[in-house]
Amino acid sequence: MSKEMTGAEMVIEALADQGVKHIFGYPGGAVLPIYDALFQQEKVQHILVRHEQGAVHAAEGYARSTGKVGCVLVTSGPGATNAVTGLTDALMDSIPLVCITGQVPTHLIGNDAFQECDTVGITRPCTKHNYLVKNIADLPRILHEAFYIAANGRPGPVVIDIPKDVQFAKGIYTGPTNVKHKTYTPRLKGDMEKIKSAVELMSKAKRPVFYTGGGVINSGKEATHLLRELVKLTGYPITSTLMGLGTYPAADPQWLGMLGMHGTYEANWAMHDCDLMICIGARFDDRITGRLDAFSPGSRKIHVDIDPSSINKTVKVDVGIVGDCGHVLDDMIRLWRGTSAQPDKKALAEWWKQVDGWRARKSLSFKNSDTVIKPQYAIQRLYELTKGRDTYITTEVGQHQMWAAQHYRFEQPNRWMTSGGLGTMGYGLPAAVGVQMAHPDSLVIDIAGEASVLMTMQEISTAVQYRLPIKIFILNNQYMGMVRQWQELLHGGRYSESYSEALPDFVKLAEAYHAVGIRCTKPGDLDRAIKEMIDVDKPVIFDCVVDQNENCFPMIPSGRAHNEMILGDAGESIEDAITEEGKVMV
Amino acid sequence: MNAPTSSHYPAAGAAQQIEAHTLSVLVDNEPGVLARVIGLFSGRGYNIDSLTVSETEHQKHVSRITIVTRGTPMVIEQIHHQLERLVPVHRVVDLTVGAPSIERELALVKVRGKGDQRVETLRLADAFRARVIDATTESFVFEITGKSDKIEQFIGLMLPLGLIEVSRTGVVAISRGPEPM
Repeated sequence: MSKEMTGAEMVIEALADQGVKHIFGYPGGAVLPIYDALFQQEKVQHILVRHEQGAVHAAEGYARSTGKVGCVLVTSGPGATNAVTGLTDALMDSIPLVCITGQVPTHLIGNDAFQECDTVGITRPCTKHNYLVKNIADLPRILHEAFYIAANGRPGPVVIDIPKDVQFAKGIYTGPTNVKHKTYTPRLKGDMEKIKSAVELMSKAKRPVFYTGGGVINSGKEATHLLRELVKLTGYPITSTLMGLGTYPAADPQWLGMLGMHGTYEANWAMHDCDLMICIGARFDDRITGRLDAFSPGSRKIHVDIDPSSINKTVKVDVGIVGDCGHVLDDMIRLWRGTSAQPDKKALAEWWKQVDGWRARKSLSFKNSDTVIKPQYAIQRLYELTKGRDTYITTEVGQHQMWAAQHYRFEQPNRWMTSGGLGTMGYGLPAAVGVQMAHPDSLVIDIAGEASVLMTMQEISTAVQYRLPIKIFILNNQYMGMVRQWQELLHGGRYSESYSEALPDFVKLAEAYHAVGIRCTKPGDLDRAIKEMIDVDKPVIFDCVVDQNENCFPMIPSGRAHNEMILGDAGESIEDAITEEGKVMV
Repeated sequence: MNAPTSSHYPAAGAAQQIEAHTLSVLVDNEPGVLARVIGLFSGRGYNIDSLTVSETEHQKHVSRITIVTRGTPMVIEQIHHQLERLVPVHRVVDLTVGAPSIERELALVKVRGKGDQRVETLRLADAFRARVIDATTESFVFEITGKSDKIEQFIGLMLPLGLIEVSRTGVVAISRGPEPM
């Protein structure tokens, strides 16, 4: 196990020992020794991106679709600073990553050397943890520790900054056996007393709702099974955050759809009117709660989270359980089965009747058109034509993302990759590259907007180089749609800088990259065009020209509560629906 | 566990009192650990009234940070958990809640004066058990330890008598009784 080698060789050795098959990166002066070591081995495959931000998003897509730790390799200075957006994105969405950055040699640190930056200083607030390795003797331990920290507890990105002289230095490599961190030991099992009182509350609830999130996915496949089992056992309705889509099958009648700012009428009303909220692996984000002081006023709240700082952060809960979702769900199911208390069948039937009433409102409906493609219709057709397949969906950020969340129906976890917390435009294309790398035979689609996708468009070149047949399905409305929507609703229709001027011809752009371009402008042509896209065994840019003025509804205007949503067909003056106070919020 | 009684509205800012709390934080004494703690406070908009740090267990490279902060009980709870989330943090103890604790601060106070003023300065220093650790014919440097409000009071009294400058350590604190934190 112990062997003498250079720091650069240790990096590769540690990656291989950690089971890493792919690493996304971009070379530069300060990481040349590691690239040299990469060149002389075949255990780890390197994927050359076109921009370091793309490398991190690709690793995120890889991590989220596989449940493994994603890996990134970039150089010092600009390499590291370009990675910052991706790292922050991974931190906000709790995605496990290890990002190795090169650094100028130790004797030059602090001298404003060429391509020097204070990488650990810059990335401290946007990583779960970071290291500057000044001594070769520390390198093996740090490499293995980084994987442990990235993957355990609430997952997140870890940066290892390695000066060039440390990459050249020789030392003794030790394998990952018995790597345990001396202080970082997250709690997995929940407090049994608290789980007992949670189950007791659950058995007595008259209007309960499950509110679940990405934590269930992060906990692993087993947690998803257990959640489904518990939801079935109880017969309670379930909604989920954007991050948690797929944990509960969208086809199941107990599923209410996504909740929050663009959630369904039934999900938000159920949250508002429930008497018991069972929050599992979600964090009461402001997109979920809306106006805090009117958030679910009549309910008791149970919150299961592996991160103690998530509990009582914005919403005070009655039972806060610190632990891994999988473990806690397992205990809940055991207790539920063991308890003689049965849910109040009559009250539950009443509650379902109410929920079905809200559902009958059909809040996701929209007025379709024969002449122009409605973006919602495009997503619906995409779903219908891909649902039988082994499909993974990534998105950029904006209206198209919300429409995808509303109209694409997910049956399984790890199939939906989207930037939730940070809301990073440009996430979807590189994420799709990462997903396709992990699942070469699957259908990987980036549902995009024309503005978002241009932020990281260069990564199509990566897809072409590695023969990754990703499909970039652009809902092209020639606007930064969500910005335009807010300007319409909040700023008197003054569309300041939100028009996508001077757009490229996406078909020609695809061809310039040696990919395939398809354009569709008519609803009648859509099915044929989507089928064509699916059948092409190459990267495709699909320019779906859609209605420019469509808005994304339902919507909880900022500063409003769940029971004050606006529906698409309400005919209410939306400008009046948003208070001065609400306008200040994002 | 307290039996949940009724629903909670999330506490609005005005409804909760701002309290001062003293937190003891045991950390690995590794590069950047203080920056992590301070960055957490500035990044999340928490207050630091006072912060002291020094290595306390040399063999284990463990440092002890004492932070005096203020906020609503909900914010204090957040600070506690956010600190615990930092990877090099071993333990966080809120000394303001639970068992009684002692807080002390040390200050060096430079005062300039001649004639009667010097006599008065010395008389007050004596009353506050401040020691003279440097003297010239026209100045003194006093060393004073105690609770922060005692030091505040002493500095206030020195002001009209020719206070020149003050250097303070910030608060250090420890729980009473035989048990460690």
